[in-house]
Amino acid sequence: MLSPEEWEAVRLSLSVSLRAVAFSLPPAILVALALARGRFPGRTLLDAVVHLPLVVPPVVTGWALLMVFGLRGPVGAPLAEWFGIRLAFTSAGAALATAVMTFPLIVRAIRLSLDGLDRGLEEAAATLGAGRLDRFLTVTLPMMAPGILSGAVVAFAAGLGEFGAIITFASNVPGETQTLPLAIYTATQVPGGEATAARLAGIAFALAITGLLSADLLSRRLARLLGRA
Amino acid sequence: MLEVSLRHRLGAFALEAAFAAPPGVTVLFGPSGSGKSSILAAVAGLLRPAAGRVALDGAPLTDTARGVFLPPERRRCATVFQEGRLFPHLSVASNLRYGLRRAPRGAAGPGFAEVVALLGLEALLERRPARLSGGEKQRVALGRALLARPRLLLLDEPLAALDAPRRQEVLPFLEALRDRAGLPMLYVTHALDEADRLADTLVLLEAGQVRAAGPLAALTARTDLPLLAARRDAGVVLPCHVAAQDPAAGLTLLDFPGGRLRVSWREAPLGQPLRLRVRARDVAVALPGVALSGVLSTGNALPATLRAVERRGDAECFLRLAVGESTLLARVTREAVARLGLRPGQAVVALVSAVSAGQG
Repeated sequence: MLSPEEWEAVRLSLSVSLRAVAFSLPPAILVALALARGRFPGRTLLDAVVHLPLVVPPVVTGWALLMVFGLRGPVGAPLAEWFGIRLAFTSAGAALATAVMTFPLIVRAIRLSLDGLDRGLEEAAATLGAGRLDRFLTVTLPMMAPGILSGAVVAFAAGLGEFGAIITFASNVPGETQTLPLAIYTATQVPGGEATAARLAGIAFALAITGLLSADLLSRRLARLLGRA
Repeated sequence: MLEVSLRHRLGAFALEAAFAAPPGVTVLFGPSGSGKSSILAAVAGLLRPAAGRVALDGAPLTDTARGVFLPPERRRCATVFQEGRLFPHLSVASNLRYGLRRAPRGAAGPGFAEVVALLGLEALLERRPARLSGGEKQRVALGRALLARPRLLLLDEPLAALDAPRRQEVLPFLEALRDRAGLPMLYVTHALDEADRLADTLVLLEAGQVRAAGPLAALTARTDLPLLAARRDAGVVLPCHVAAQDPAAGLTLLDFPGGRLRVSWREAPLGQPLRLRVRARDVAVALPGVALSGVLSTGNALPATLRAVERRGDAECFLRLAVGESTLLARVTREAVARLGLRPGQAVVALVSAVSAGQG
């Protein structure tokens, strides 16, 4: 039904989005904790910076990444020189761009779950002999699980559709950075590509719906497990 | 032995309290907002006081003068909160083991099976906290705290969120705990019946200050403490034990230091210790020399010595009566004192209703 090139776009989309979520999850948990509970100077600024990719045009985000992580950028140059890691125009770069774009979604979801969390449970754990890290791992983190999970699934589904940041930072290389949206765009630019575009668009649609439905299902499951519903 | 001396400010509220809690159950009693929960939080290490010292068996937990502040996890003061605070993602069994796993090796205390049996938790072990009733939750919270092998058990209004039947379901477990475990407890409540049933030592708190502290029976016999004496149910708590049962006559006989009381029948094994609040308004006095038992319905006529007559407002007096080693209070009108010519030192008969004695 799909040509090998089209399958490649689907596979690449899934892989890029998955890596993006894996990248951004740990820092997103820390940032969400800092925003929800921390009292430090610059908290408002951090909040704004985290949410920037939601409001700035994706192309601008991609451009900024190119400036920083490009081969001549302040971070990209040493990465390439010392470690041989190239981000611009690679699938790793596409994952980075997707991670930056979906980061605010994960942070928001986790923060929501933290706002509803009863600090009293951590106090109880403390009086029962659990130290800080112990409390975090055995009480806080499990209670955050629904937020983390739904944030990750929503970010994964949204990441499948990332276009502007990827094409600007990682370009449109078939088999390397040409994810589903880029493949669809490319197909519409080729005479006779309408059928390909329609097929790929259908797949993108199905993936998005599946992602959202499973996020909902999972968070409800977890909520029941945690006795919240 | 717990020693507490704290100074702390919470908004407009100033806490300035000092007391010592000997082994046994110490009840912090006072109206809402009197600072009792803040004191408990300071002992638990959940509140860092502006100034003060908390020491357990001589070792400081908090000492602001010397910069000592042990974090809660190193104090071994397991706490039972009003709302239970069970971990919703863990089963009852895992909740119970949470503290046990973190208790120091070799710490003395009851085992898992023993606590489960004591609190009647066998049927609940596999359940999630969300599927427990309020009373069950508090029993699990109690078990979880016990199994943490605490040096001091802290209870912050553990029954306040429960309705009356659930309270009656949990209270006996607390009594059993006091009688069996020998674990020192600091218990915060604004319910007098809980203080009556559980306290060895009572600390009265009002507006962030300790008004009085001492053994329960001694404190309830005082008339200068409005927190106790101004209540409708003001009266002395007598330590009794069940001396005899007469279900046919509907009577239970209770021995207290200095005499024997007949009260409405209640289910209790012989010899069981029991505390009885004898309210001052349920005690009347008569002059001796009249054969009363044939003409009186009250059921208890105890020979007593009138120790003092204390004014209570414009119309009433408290009579302080010595019955053997015990003290009873009677609440009568000033008119009655004048009519009977009551004077300290006089021999009288204390009439105690068998029905009302100790009823809520």
